[in-house]
Formats: sequence, C-alpha cells, structure tokens
Amino acid sequence: MDYTLKELMTICAAREIKNGDIVFCGTGISMLAAMAAKNINAPDSVIFFETGAIDSKLEDIPLAVADPRIMYHTSANGGLMEAFCTMQNPMSGARIVGILGAAQIDIYGNLNSTVIGEYEAPAVRFSGSGGACDVASFVSRSIIFMKMEKRKFKKKLDYLTSPGYLDGPEGREKAGLPPGGPDKVITDMGVMGFDEHTRQMFLIGCFPGITPDRILDNMEFEIRTDRAVEIAVPTQTELTLLREKCDPHSLIL
Amino acid sequence: MKPEDSKVMRLQDAVEKYVTEGCHLSIGGFTLNRNPMAAVYEIIRQKTRDLHVYAHSNGQGVDELIGGGCVSRLEIAYGGTGKFMSTCIRFKKAVQEQAITVEDYSNFQMTLRFLAGAMGIAFLPTRSSLGTDIISKWGFPEEFREQHDRIPNQKLVVMDNPFDGWCDTKRVVLVPAIIPDVTIIHVQMADFRGNCRIEGLTFADVEQAKAAKTLIITCEELLDDDYLKTDPDRNQIPFIHADAVVKVPFGAYPTACYRYYDYDAAYMNAYARAAKNDDAYQQYLTEYIFDCPTHTHLLDKVGRGRVESILADKNRGYAKHLDRK
Repeated sequence: MDYTLKELMTICAAREIKNGDIVFCGTGISMLAAMAAKNINAPDSVIFFETGAIDSKLEDIPLAVADPRIMYHTSANGGLMEAFCTMQNPMSGARIVGILGAAQIDIYGNLNSTVIGEYEAPAVRFSGSGGACDVASFVSRSIIFMKMEKRKFKKKLDYLTSPGYLDGPEGREKAGLPPGGPDKVITDMGVMGFDEHTRQMFLIGCFPGITPDRILDNMEFEIRTDRAVEIAVPTQTELTLLREKCDPHSLIL
Repeated sequence: MKPEDSKVMRLQDAVEKYVTEGCHLSIGGFTLNRNPMAAVYEIIRQKTRDLHVYAHSNGQGVDELIGGGCVSRLEIAYGGTGKFMSTCIRFKKAVQEQAITVEDYSNFQMTLRFLAGAMGIAFLPTRSSLGTDIISKWGFPEEFREQHDRIPNQKLVVMDNPFDGWCDTKRVVLVPAIIPDVTIIHVQMADFRGNCRIEGLTFADVEQAKAAKTLIITCEELLDDDYLKTDPDRNQIPFIHADAVVKVPFGAYPTACYRYYDYDAAYMNAYARAAKNDDAYQQYLTEYIFDCPTHTHLLDKVGRGRVESILADKNRGYAKHLDRK
C-alpha cells in the first residue's frame, strides 16, 4: 500500500486518541492528528486550542492555533486565560491529551523548543514554549512528534522548555508538578513509550522495514528495545479519510 | 455622546503621541490573527527605537517590529506564525546575533502577568514550568534588573504553598505583573469613546488592554453614540480603559480579522521569503512600509483584487475558498 511517513505518523497519533478525550493541539501535524482521530476512530473526542476555542468543527484545516477556522462552530470562543485554566484545573485537565513537538527530547521525555547552545548566546533560536510548557506541566498525558536524529534525541537538552518526567520516577512530584507526563513519542521510524517504573523511554515498535538498531543509531542515548513489535500500517479507510476529509489540499501532508 | 468625549485620532498622531522611544509596549492578537498591523507599520515608519516589548505569541506583528529595528528588549512566550514561519525569522536572527535581549516565559505565564497588571496586583501563582529552564534561565541578569526599575528584581519565584498542601498543591511559581506603557489592539468594532467589541477569540487582548497605562484601539468599524451599548453582552472592553480610537479598515492585514477577512497567505509567504535575506528584507521595508505613507497605500500596493480574495464568508468567519498554499 502507498502511504507517506507523515501519513503513517499522523495515523499513529490519531490511534492514541479515544472518544471522550479532549485533545490539545498545536500547529501542523499535531492539528492534523486531532482531525484524523475525530474523522476516523474517535468521533466523540473534543478538539481544543490554547487560544480559547473548544470543540471546533474544523471544516477546513487551520494553519496556526489562531487561524479563524478554529473559531467557527465551537462550544465557546474564549481566550488564553480560559484555555490554560481548563488545563491547570485537574477536573478538566485530567481528560486532556496534549500533542506536542520539539527540537530536542531526552530519555525522560523532557522537551526543548527554545535554543541550541547557550541561552544568552544561542547558536540556533527556536520559537520558544508558547503553550507547550503549560500543557506539559498540566495535562494527564501527552503525545510527542519527533524526527529521529542524533541531534534531536539528546543525553542532555540544551534548554528544558517543557517538563516530561524531569529526572525520573519522582521527578514531577519533587518539583511540585501535577501527575501526568509524556505517554508516546511518534517518530518517522517508530513509536516509543515510557516505562511505568523507571519513567525512561523504551521502544514500543518499529515502522515496516525499520530495525531497532537503526532507531538506536539515530539517538544519542540508549533505550530498551526488547518489547518492540512491528507497527500496523495504515488501513485504506484511514488513509482515505485522512486525505479526503482532513487535508484535501495537502496543506500539511 | 458629547463631542468632547471622543477619543478618535489619526493613527500617525496616536502612535507619535504614545509610542515613544524606549517605551514598554504590548500588542494584541495571536500569531496570524488580529495583530494591530497598521499600527505596527506606523511605528516602523516613525522609526521609533529601543522598545521593550511584551508578547505571548504575537507572531507577525512582533517579527515586523524587530525587523524594523524598533525593539531592544523582548519578553516572549512564542515567536512564530504557524505554517508561514514556524519560528519568526527576523526574531530568530536578532536573537542569534544578540541584537535584542530576550527573556522566555510560557503563554499562560504571560497571560497571567497581563492579568496581574490588569488586577493591580504584584504577581499571580501558577503550577506551570516547575522544574524547567524557564525558571532557572533569565534573559535579564540580576544587575540589569537592579538598574532598571521597570523590570522586577527576579524573573519568576518558586514558593511552597502557604496553605499547606491545599488543592493537592505543594509548590507554585509566582509570575510578576506587567504594566505596559502602551497596549495596542485591533478590534472589529469600537465607538468614539473606546467601548470595544471583539468577535471570535479574544486571545489575551482584554487583559493586555486593562494592564496598560495607555490603550490605543484600532478598529474595522467606528460606531456612533450608543450602538454598542444596545447589545452590551457582546462587548469586552469598556471605554474607561481607552485613550485613543482609530478607524483602520483592514487594520490587522496581512493577519486575519474574524468575520471580516482572512490572513493573506500570499503576503505571509512573500514576507517569510524576504525575511530570510537582509537585502530582500530592506527592499520589503522600503516598498511596503516606508514608501507607503498610510495603511491604505499598502493595501493599494498589494492590490484590491488580492484584498477582496481574503474577504470572510460572513457565516464561517473566514474565506472558505482562499488558496492558502
């Protein structure tokens, strides 16, 4: 079957979303994954934006989280204050799944989306946290999109923008963060999870044609691969719905 | 309304009077939506320098202010406009070249900081960012803070919950209030005195407006007398906060204004291309900003056909059939 890596990654993320989940999405592939879930496997999930829109209909794909397309046919149009309070409040925050991306990730799922190099004199400057640090601080679980590259899977981040499990099993609690944390990392070679005891990343599965060794070759740190299985490829139905219902003009795909 | 209550001004005059060299400025909107772009272009045209800018995720407006050489210091959560610039290009360049000093926060923290300013309280608590470098890494060092009384002595403060674990909370982060000298917002409707109606998401415009010492409002429609007061449930900002009201149709262009017009994808793409190259960017500044004495001139330069192509479908609030490639 014919599909692109981006389509495979989007569908892998969509499969993690269940009916009843409130899905926080950022820009690009994360937004598309939320739309895919809604159209394919979780019609009763709720799409939610940090800018204050909740349960957007999304007839057309937005190109940013402030796109006017997210304001159409919502349950309520508020602002940033309402959106972040909904996440910080444990009663609603517990139902929220965050979808995030970053420039770097470490073994505990901490993310850097701020700088490469020194903070005061960076070699490369990125966009910064936006709402990512807030989402990673508050919500019950998050799904992270990453490209498999050694310079992205780092032993030590250049800057810790968004908290994962910080330094291990009790990291969040010691820091004073609510429970929660990263659940899955979806890459262009396979999918990782986090061990419930060590809170370290491990390999859940590889995409067709990819070996665990090839994944390890693209990381600076080692992860366990003994539980890895092959990831199911997208079905024709998933692909058709993604292409025709979610992104018919290929704005993201 | 009595004529003397009118706060209506020309954009040039409002910017010249209130946005002065070295002042602390915040602008409304978010990434590619409802940035007060006509005002941003006027600030660039007037060559106002050394601004201290507060931004959550103001995207296009902040990138153009930096590109126009107006900004020295920036407190920000996010510099990007989504698909068009995943990281704002002139922002990225200025930070990497250390041409501006930047200090990072999260979007919620910036929103709370504006709310604290609007509430008249020194700080507010949140649980966001505990354990991260947002707390440990400061853009403005301690000595710099001591020398500048407009910047609080610390960036963020972590404190144990004094209510002893109440609400399952062990610890909080205190974020200091922001009191901008000037906030500029662009809204769909305002009246002569400065009552405002925002349609669609308000982002943090209301908090930013109420935190500021001076509020400049640009609007698509300027209404007479009591029009907005006949349907007050839809208004967000009462006139008591307003200092200047300016009618600027397409005042958010090239960013979007819900129910009025979409973002102009062609402009944003061309901007991103020019921003990558210093010579092309100088040419952009000359052609689109310095050679256009007003926003109307800029719109004429872009061409009325292009502007019409982004007009919003009134039901959906955006241009359904716009080519956004």
